[in-house]
Amino acid sequence: MPVNAEVEGRTYPPTPPYVVSRAKIRELAEAVGATDPVHTDLEAARSKGYADVVAPPTFLVSVAQQGEAQAILDPEAGIDFSRLVHGEQRFVHHRPAVAGDEITATTRIDRVRQAGGHSMVTMVTEIADGQAAPLCTATSVVVIRGGE
Amino acid sequence: MTQASVEVGQQLPPRTVHVERSSLVRYAGASGDFNPIHWDERFATAVGLPDVIAHGMFTMGAAVQVVVDWLGDAGKVLEYAVRFSAPVPVPHDGGADIEVSAVVKSVDAPARRAVVEITATHAGAKVLTRALATVATD
Repeated sequence: MPVNAEVEGRTYPPTPPYVVSRAKIRELAEAVGATDPVHTDLEAARSKGYADVVAPPTFLVSVAQQGEAQAILDPEAGIDFSRLVHGEQRFVHHRPAVAGDEITATTRIDRVRQAGGHSMVTMVTEIADGQAAPLCTATSVVVIRGGE
Repeated sequence: MTQASVEVGQQLPPRTVHVERSSLVRYAGASGDFNPIHWDERFATAVGLPDVIAHGMFTMGAAVQVVVDWLGDAGKVLEYAVRFSAPVPVPHDGGADIEVSAVVKSVDAPARRAVVEITATHAGAKVLTRALATVATD
């Protein structure tokens, strides 16, 4: 079943607020081998001008994917999650995320295209802080493999 | 990293990322991505994969550390994009190695920015393509 191209352009509601925590930053940093002290040492982060410890460059994917989940689960989109493969990921950081940021993610289906029996869905997620200032634009392309 | 010390063609110190099953369990917990293809061999092989595979986002997150170590400040990674081109199977015995290298592709001196291209391979195959990090320099 190809993905329904009519959902292109659809925007989903913002996710509930998520608070970036020092503990979660530390866990993610340790999981990807990120040893820069700005992730775990408050003094090191402050000495470089950050308000608190800094999230690693790919940290926000989990928040972005909370937004994307609404698109993926939209019954009108017809996305078969069991055939979904992550094809591409991009982050544009408008400023680094730091512990204490309270953020929301708003996902838009930017593009749906069919190629070679597969569907490619591009989702753009705007992550903003509590003052609605942009923090990060996360773009992902997922491939929904066609039936064999 | 100062602007003056960054040159097009400059090679960054490479590194080998060793991945064990435990690395994937740790990443699953840290990221909240509990898809069983990343930790349950029976499930992974039942859906046609050769073995448990690493999270693409694990590879993306680990690979950029080559850039962060060179840059000296993770908060100066302004943009980072990759295409996932091949999975990284992680066998129970011995795990897997991902070889990561990087080279400066372009420098925008007035804007104090540079673009670094990352290469990540496993068993000779590229696992990330079009992997580009835009960084801010001092």
